[in-house]
Amino acid sequence: MTSPRGSQGVVGPARTRALSTSGRAAAQAPGSRRRLGPEPSGSRSPSTRFRLFSSLDRAACVLLRRSLPLLPRSDPAMPAPQCATCHKARAALRRPRSGRALCGACFCAAFEAEVLHTVVAGRLLPPGAVVAVGASGGKDSTVLAHVLQVLAPRLGISLRLVAVDEGIGGYRDAALAAVRRQAARWELPLTVVAYADLFGGWTMDAVARSTAGSGRSRACCTFCGVLRRRALEEGARLVGATHIVTGHNADDMAETVLMNFLRGDAARLARGGGLGSPGEGGALPRCRPLQLASQKEVVLYAHFRRLDYFSEECVYAPEAFRGHARHLLKLLEAARPSAVLDLVHSAERLALAPAARPPAPGACSRCGALASRALCQACALLDGLNRGRPRLAIGKGRRGLDEAGPPRDGEPERAPAPEAVPAF
Amino acid sequence: MCQVGEDYAEPASEEPPPRQPGREQKCVKCKEGLPVVVIRAGDAFCRDCFKAFYIHKFRAVLGKNRLIFPGEKVLLAWSGGPSSSSMVWQVLEGLSRESAKRLRFVPGIVCIDEGAACGLSPEARAKTLAEMKLILQTVGFPWHVVALEEVFDLPPSVLRCFAQEPVETEGAYKAAVDSFLQQQHVLGAEGAGDSPSLAQGEEQLSWPCTQDPQNPQSPDRPPTAAQTEALSRLFDSVKTLTAKEELLQALRTHLILHVARTHGYSKVMTGDSCTRLAIKLMTSLALGRGAFLAWDTGFSDERHGDVVVVRPMREHTLKEVAFYNHLFAVPSVFTPALDTKAPEKASIHRLMEAFMLRLQDQFPSTVSTVYRTSEKLVKAPRHGCAASPPGPRCLLCMCALDIDTAGAALLSQGGPPSLRHRAAVLRLPREHEGLALRGPPATLHLGRGPAPQPELLPQGLHRAADPGVPG
Repeated sequence: MTSPRGSQGVVGPARTRALSTSGRAAAQAPGSRRRLGPEPSGSRSPSTRFRLFSSLDRAACVLLRRSLPLLPRSDPAMPAPQCATCHKARAALRRPRSGRALCGACFCAAFEAEVLHTVVAGRLLPPGAVVAVGASGGKDSTVLAHVLQVLAPRLGISLRLVAVDEGIGGYRDAALAAVRRQAARWELPLTVVAYADLFGGWTMDAVARSTAGSGRSRACCTFCGVLRRRALEEGARLVGATHIVTGHNADDMAETVLMNFLRGDAARLARGGGLGSPGEGGALPRCRPLQLASQKEVVLYAHFRRLDYFSEECVYAPEAFRGHARHLLKLLEAARPSAVLDLVHSAERLALAPAARPPAPGACSRCGALASRALCQACALLDGLNRGRPRLAIGKGRRGLDEAGPPRDGEPERAPAPEAVPAF
Repeated sequence: MCQVGEDYAEPASEEPPPRQPGREQKCVKCKEGLPVVVIRAGDAFCRDCFKAFYIHKFRAVLGKNRLIFPGEKVLLAWSGGPSSSSMVWQVLEGLSRESAKRLRFVPGIVCIDEGAACGLSPEARAKTLAEMKLILQTVGFPWHVVALEEVFDLPPSVLRCFAQEPVETEGAYKAAVDSFLQQQHVLGAEGAGDSPSLAQGEEQLSWPCTQDPQNPQSPDRPPTAAQTEALSRLFDSVKTLTAKEELLQALRTHLILHVARTHGYSKVMTGDSCTRLAIKLMTSLALGRGAFLAWDTGFSDERHGDVVVVRPMREHTLKEVAFYNHLFAVPSVFTPALDTKAPEKASIHRLMEAFMLRLQDQFPSTVSTVYRTSEKLVKAPRHGCAASPPGPRCLLCMCALDIDTAGAALLSQGGPPSLRHRAAVLRLPREHEGLALRGPPATLHLGRGPAPQPELLPQGLHRAADPGVPG
């Protein structure tokens, strides 16, 4: 693999190239073979197209495409086996972990059953819950919303879609269009919360402009992640939800573990693992029902159910550190398929020293949200942005954040800085 | 960007390029000598300061942890590679009379001949063995060369975990040092000729310098062809390189511990460097050994009970080791390993190594960050999890099993492999059986094997009228 160097700075591989199924594929018969691969759609801008074909991006595409376990249509040497469950239809794929050959319908049923089991065994969504689904328009949240909709009568929950508009031009507006189509198709109420409204006019593009040019990385993902979780919480409260669900899959969790280790983030390592947060201190409980589903299975489910989703990567994604972890994970998975779940297993059982664990959270003095310090991380980041010093809350120095103190250009302190908002 | 709590410049930014040690730059320590090596992020050291720095680190690691008692028998595991050679050399120099504050333990060296596992021919193995014996004779400690085939002759007692010794307290260490010093003083006063040998005053062990350092008990015969054949068959039966490496490590550990027990050594020192330990940590994560990271990569590893494995080289990076060996002519022997010349994607170990070294190029603090995280790990079950009495242990790595049925609810789909586990059966509560769509069935099995077959409920899909989920 080529190393991530070059004029683009740190290049991370794109988000897994998903199959962009859309209405035009509806005419195909079930179980028939589909040509896989990134299908060019008209909505891509030229700059994105260029970014798509960076070397690592293509490598990740190829890895995913080669590794999707769809069985060939007809091969005289080896006729495709029967579906192992219904024994009627011809098998269309082999499940990545167990190797069972299943037809499309049985695979979808098994997938839904496993999600149901995750939710039920972990007691994540009690009956009567009003569940806010964080919908981004991408494959994970689309599959999540679809599966929860199928399971909603059995679980006794009602769903609301909450979409967050970060204000990233050329990316988020197209994704939101997909979300609106989905909401219309499923007839679910949709609420869109925008950064510009919630955070005093700060869109992600404005943040990127503000942090650019200092000779350092822009750290867009830091801002976006913290603010998005706050926005989700606000949106969920707006619709009167009792729980928040997000579409993180097993690969996401494994990447997070790798990333936290490589960055030495002991606080997040201590907090992470498990099912989500139970909702301490007034924050809504969150969970990730797709947490044990591998990314390949999510893609396959979307393929067999012909779901319409948006498969571009974020404009700022190539700069993210997560790209390294993602690339490594793809290689690990190729070497040993169980590596993804092994990482999640490891993370759940990490034993960190008590000193490394984050302190018990209190409340932010400005907005009342969950916070480990006087100010929650979202307020701290916004404070830095508003003062014209965007990196104030990032990194070692968090001086000058206390409302009483004037902004100082002091030496950054040596203390570790655990993030306040309980991020995943 | 890379590290929490630190800002890092983008590699392609206008950060001033690291200054090469030029004419005008001096050693950062003594400010006088010409620097010969740059360590960490731009610290240039001259030769003498580098040597002092290196030796000081070695002593500091040993002294900080206070695990090696004076007069104790310590077995040095030497593979021939640079890190373990450096460690042996440090011990050799530390025990010599000229060094300030001599080390005070009794060393021996063990060397495992793994040629059969790596597929080497008998001639190549003999050649390597000859080179090793040359170095071992120069060093002068009692040495044992053991072929990996002898693992077949190990008694079953190696798999039994001996009772843990009570943890030594600070007071015990001080008392031991004081008594040792007193004995030294007494012996010195008696006026016996000062022999340059080690462990004066240690009653059960004394070897005058005339003794042949070769331990008379270690057999000098090469292993039989049948044993070599059996070992190659064993390794061939393992399909993936990852599993082969893990098997080799397990067998090697058991063999070294057996040698230590047979000859009365209570500590084993291995030469894992900082870089290797960081890679090992990430590899263990990816293999699912998150629960045991503290034992695998910490300074001391007491899971085998009576013999403790320590890692004194854990703060030396590979770069420092390499430069030290080059500057001060430390002898080492190259032995091909299992993954020599293997492609990068052949095993998890190789992947992690390549990844970490590449990332280290871009973000120079990667290895030290991972190492510092490893220092924060403790040897205990995770907070809030499994407060039960210690359960059964893994046969191969002697760690307490990390499968518990409570947390296993989440891991039912193609659950994580572990070297040895009982199949735990998880039942869905009765109230939820009616909720099943087409499965999951009432019982689920952990571990490898095909996923449980979802069954069709004969009564179709209906929602059970249950009062709701408790809790």
